Amino acid sequence: MTQSESSSDALRQIAARITQGLSGDVLSADVVRGELIVAVKRDAIVKALTYLRDDPMCDFTQLVDVCGVDYPEREERFDVVYHLLSMRKNTRVRVKVTAGEETPVASVTGVFVCADWLEREVWDMYGVYFSGHPDLRRILTDYGFDGHPQRKDFPLTGYVEMRYDEDQKRVIYEPVKLTQDFRTFDFLSPWEGIQKLLPGDEKAPPTPPKQGA
Amino acid sequence: MDTVLTPETEIENYTINFGPQHPAAHGVLRLVLEMDGEVIDRVDPHIGLLHRGTEKLIEYKTYLQAIPYFDRLDYVSPMNQEQAFALAVERLLGIEPPPRAKYIRMLFAELTRVLNHIMNIASYAMDVGAMTPFLWTFEEREKLMGFYDEVCGARMHANYIRPGGVAQDMPAGLRERIYDWADNYPKMIDDLESLLTENRIFKQRTVDIGVVSEKEAIAWGFTGPNLRASGVAWDLRKSQPYDGYDQIEFDIPVGKHGDCYDRYLVRILEMRESVRIIKQCLDKMPSGPVRVNDRKIMPPPRAEMKTSMEALIHHFKLYTEGFKVPAGEVYVATEAPKGEFAVYLISDGTNRPYRCRIRAPGFIHLAGMDAMLRGHMLADVPAVLGSIDIVFGEVDR
Repeated sequence: MTQSESSSDALRQIAARITQGLSGDVLSADVVRGELIVAVKRDAIVKALTYLRDDPMCDFTQLVDVCGVDYPEREERFDVVYHLLSMRKNTRVRVKVTAGEETPVASVTGVFVCADWLEREVWDMYGVYFSGHPDLRRILTDYGFDGHPQRKDFPLTGYVEMRYDEDQKRVIYEPVKLTQDFRTFDFLSPWEGIQKLLPGDEKAPPTPPKQGA
Repeated sequence: MDTVLTPETEIENYTINFGPQHPAAHGVLRLVLEMDGEVIDRVDPHIGLLHRGTEKLIEYKTYLQAIPYFDRLDYVSPMNQEQAFALAVERLLGIEPPPRAKYIRMLFAELTRVLNHIMNIASYAMDVGAMTPFLWTFEEREKLMGFYDEVCGARMHANYIRPGGVAQDMPAGLRERIYDWADNYPKMIDDLESLLTENRIFKQRTVDIGVVSEKEAIAWGFTGPNLRASGVAWDLRKSQPYDGYDQIEFDIPVGKHGDCYDRYLVRILEMRESVRIIKQCLDKMPSGPVRVNDRKIMPPPRAEMKTSMEALIHHFKLYTEGFKVPAGEVYVATEAPKGEFAVYLISDGTNRPYRCRIRAPGFIHLAGMDAMLRGHMLADVPAVLGSIDIVFGEVDR
């Protein structure tokens, strides 16, 4: 695949350019599977996106997507991922910053107008606060919704359910009642042969290995 | 309570609720319109009334179980979205479907594009006052959904395009039937155009309404026909071809003014291009398998399972545990009928996606409503809303 190789080379050049142009703010810039991934410091996100938009070598004129990812085991548990597209150069870049529950990320609505709703969605779903956002309301969840549903520690079934109450003649909210427990199976049994510990064995007390069996 | 209006009395703007149940809202959309007389000052779309948490649900499902959710996003163009997800999984797995599968995918992606565009044009025409196109085009939609039915057994929720190919080969005779349809369909577009393109009322409602300049379209994140109507010749099928689009010949229709009328014209022309692509796909489609020959990803054929123990085990494992996808992340964008539909998939090496972000074009287009509608009249709301092709399945996810 010579075409993808040459485009990977072009991406590596852009990666070098970004690392140089934003010296100190870029944490890493790699090309993986033909995609350019740049991690920047959280305070530098507005600067970085402005650079990527205005630099003639980069020329990423369109913000395609902003989304959150949750890694609860990390200290700063969220990633905010920006996808940018350059129509003139026909390249894409993915910019990542990390954020915690308490640490705000600067809003990029000043750089790309369309970040408005996308950041609202990240706020709604993950609770990442965007400082300087003109109108940071919830967007997809219900009016008066509590919590951030796409966090990994938010249950799939949610906490409340709603129904129309015939007596009160209105829609009411109640805690979720499940007629059976929410079942999630671990199908991750070993696909290729048996591993040392069979599933369930960890419950049994360890037995000393028999001699001469 | 007598009040006397003196010249100094300030007249306040009033707000109007458009929706959530409104026939021209194309689903459940609540627009809070701040009006100055009959002129719109500010538009605040309230969305999420159809939010089902698709992205969250997919995190709890295996890769194969995730595909049907994509049919239910933009429910007038199901297969394009399956294609995006299948491509993302394939990129992570490092596999490529056999050539025949690629052609079948393209064929159905284009049939779906026609399916989507006639739905949009017809309902849009009805929003601005024309009834007949709706009745005519739904007959065509019926035929197209018949093709869906033949190939996968369902008229809408196809679950047909899978990672590694398609679910099954096309039945005998379908090729001829689609060819037959493709021969006759341009006539139908001509008829449709004779009703709308030069129609005085239709033009009065759409020309110079909701004008989006080239610069604005890019800044607002517009993609697909909405971007092309503003004069940007950008089509992912050409610029970043996936499946076999690099072997197909077609043109990109581009608008000039970026108004509602141009968006309509671009869709009409795109349908003609789609018919061209469909015919080329049918002509060039090679014979051969439609699924990768890897039993760890695609199930074995039924007949083999009757005799081979191994095949039976593979089948059982695939439909319980599913396949594992190597850890990594990938962003795959496809040219869906509404614009750039992309899947950003993060795998942690297990049988379920760690995160599956769905980039829906309609969400971004709807965000541009406020800027597009300012200074327009109330009656222009359905015209602009219809022209940017909104379906709430994908906006709310």
